[in-house]
Amino acid sequence: MSDIIRRDPRAEWIIRNRLHPLHDQYVSQEEGGEIRGPSGIIRKFPHKVGFIGPNGVKRIDRLKGNAASATGKRSSATQEVQLPLHQISSPEFYVVVVPDLVGGRLTSHDKDILGLAHKLISEHGGQGAVAALCFGEVKEEHFDLAGVDRLIHLNDPAFDGYAPEARVQALAYVDTQLTVKHWLFPDSVHGGADLGSRLAAKLGERPATQAWQVTAEQVVCRGASSSLDISRAMPRIAMLLEECGDAIDETRHEASSIEFADIPLLEGHIVDKGLMDVDPNAIPLAEAEFILSAGNGIHNWDQFHQAAATLGATEGASRVAVDDGFMPRIRQVGATGTWVTARVYIAVGISGAIQHMQGIGQVDKVVAINTDAGCDMVKRAALSVIGDSEEILSELMALVNAHRNQASSESEENSHAA
Amino acid sequence: MPHKIISLISVGRHPQSGRARRSDQDGRAVELGLKLSGSQLEVVHAGDSEEPVLRQYAGMGLAEITILEQDQSMDAVASLSTYLASRDADIVLTGVRSESGESSGMVPYILAEALGWPLVARVADIVEIKDGTAEVLLALPRGQRRAATVKLPFIATIDSAAQEARQSAYGPGLRANMVAQSGANELDELRANWSEAPAKPRPKRLKMVKAKTAADRFKAATAKPAGGSGKVMKNESTEEKAQAIFDLLIEEKVIR
Ligand SMILES: Cc1cc2nc3c(=O)[nH]c(=O)nc-3n(C[C@H](O)[C@H](O)[C@H](O)COP(=O)(O)OP(=O)(O)OC[C@H]3O[C@@H](n4cnc5c(N)ncnc54)[C@H](O)[C@@H]3O)c2cc1C
Repeated sequence: MSDIIRRDPRAEWIIRNRLHPLHDQYVSQEEGGEIRGPSGIIRKFPHKVGFIGPNGVKRIDRLKGNAASATGKRSSATQEVQLPLHQISSPEFYVVVVPDLVGGRLTSHDKDILGLAHKLISEHGGQGAVAALCFGEVKEEHFDLAGVDRLIHLNDPAFDGYAPEARVQALAYVDTQLTVKHWLFPDSVHGGADLGSRLAAKLGERPATQAWQVTAEQVVCRGASSSLDISRAMPRIAMLLEECGDAIDETRHEASSIEFADIPLLEGHIVDKGLMDVDPNAIPLAEAEFILSAGNGIHNWDQFHQAAATLGATEGASRVAVDDGFMPRIRQVGATGTWVTARVYIAVGISGAIQHMQGIGQVDKVVAINTDAGCDMVKRAALSVIGDSEEILSELMALVNAHRNQASSESEENSHAA
Repeated sequence: MPHKIISLISVGRHPQSGRARRSDQDGRAVELGLKLSGSQLEVVHAGDSEEPVLRQYAGMGLAEITILEQDQSMDAVASLSTYLASRDADIVLTGVRSESGESSGMVPYILAEALGWPLVARVADIVEIKDGTAEVLLALPRGQRRAATVKLPFIATIDSAAQEARQSAYGPGLRANMVAQSGANELDELRANWSEAPAKPRPKRLKMVKAKTAADRFKAATAKPAGGSGKVMKNESTEEKAQAIFDLLIEEKVIR
């Protein structure tokens, strides 16, 4: 129930009309005074006594004077919905999901697989728990709502960055420690397919790849560049396509952690040398991760290009900026331009017309820089700053430059020390 | 000393017509192999030596292609791993995922496990080979690249971000030598129990509304999805505003 205000027009009319025979009674009722019936007995008006309890149920406090007054507007309290807790105290077996955790958070692909893991457990029967195995930095706060019964978080520095060899050794170690009925991986370019294949090769299992229809007995996989459906028995390791299952949304889970200390790791042959600097404008707009987008509110275009270069962001534009000839057509974001999938999108001087909003529907975090606090882009944005674009961009560039200088001098110091 | 590089090739499938063709990623693997070792490159296929598609690879300037003769239903991994073990190669290049058959992408992983070599996945380029280590560029999603070094010998799967395969010349392709030798005869038993069918279109997921009350259902059907409007900074100084944006960019790790 919501806090919809319920009015009683008749009562309001009577209170306005001093000549109405019931006027006195309603007024004293409104003020909480006593009401006497025709024979002089004190009457209680049941709608006016009591208060709404925490669950939205009306409570009458028989201890007089303690009752909080219920006002003339009848409305029930809004209640925080607490989902039922799904508890597995001592699991007989586990279904381990290794999520991609792009940017440290569960993707919708990961959530679908967690949901599917619960479906598999209910089909197998028995006390099974879904464990999520995460490496490195984790920013996700709602493992409990995504259906994680047990959380295995391995944040040894050996697993940071690109460390497929260390990670697969850890997976193989976990496999010896727990009874794992299934290993589920997202079949994605974010590393899920790679890790799953490595584990399968290491354990000598034949995995199901590009699986999209999964039950405890049978699995349907795509093959031959998605032109073939292969039906086979469900193996122990599976790599799953997007939308293979339904995410959990009706239960809460424990997400209690399982610790593994001292995982034996052998020295690897692959050494991570870090991410390379790529020219952000060479990345296709639809794929770019970080976009700085310009609209009609940009007046200093040289500064805008400089800002994009400093931030290392791919440039985007609204249609007006393109039509006015400041930006090429391939940079246009929106219904008649490119639909972007960026994680962070900074809209500078863009009002947020619906045609533009369609193009940024999949964006995670929108930052708006605009002079107008009431525009639609501000309503969509996770962070909006109201002010002149030129001033804010120059200030932002100064901050980024200072940060870069500091980082480079620190790394120089480190190399001197080493 | 030139390094011994072997490229593994398979029969591809054209995405629209479905006809057999030179597989895209395998073509890129051959291209990278030609860049690294020129005419020294060895190209290996496990399957039928009469396959006309192999001529398309040969037309890239290969003098010969080695074929491990075996039937379709046999397991290619068995013949490849015995062959590679006998060849003493430094780098083996493959595609990420074949365009025909199971398309599981497991072949390079199983080979790496069998040979005990490291494997680097989704390579965009091999920049340099020096002192028994190779410097490779890995293709990440969203056009990003990662640099890594790996000890020889290793297996690399080549991503679609690598240099495109050169055009194939018909005549030289026909003249190339097909050296066939018999491969292993291990039946792929698991696969014999599978059933295959043309791919069914996957149903699109519909937005499900699990509302308990009529008011909630009405709201779900009519209301705009509430954006849950974020933080708005209006009266702060310009420095504070810029700092707030900067902090968000650092937290999201888009500025390094
Ligand atoms: C069929 C059709 C298709 C379309 N397709 C697209 C499309 O694909 N993509 C697209 O973008 N548009 C599209 N449009 C156009 C769209 O309707 C809008 O006209 C356009 O998006 C508006 O661009 P804008 O926000 O840059 O400009 P405006 O609406 O003019 O907004 C400018 C904003 O900048 C702010 N501003 C002004 N000065 C400053 C300053 N100094 N500092 C900070 N902020 C400032 C203003 O407050 C305002 O909010 C389409 C329109 C039609 C009819």
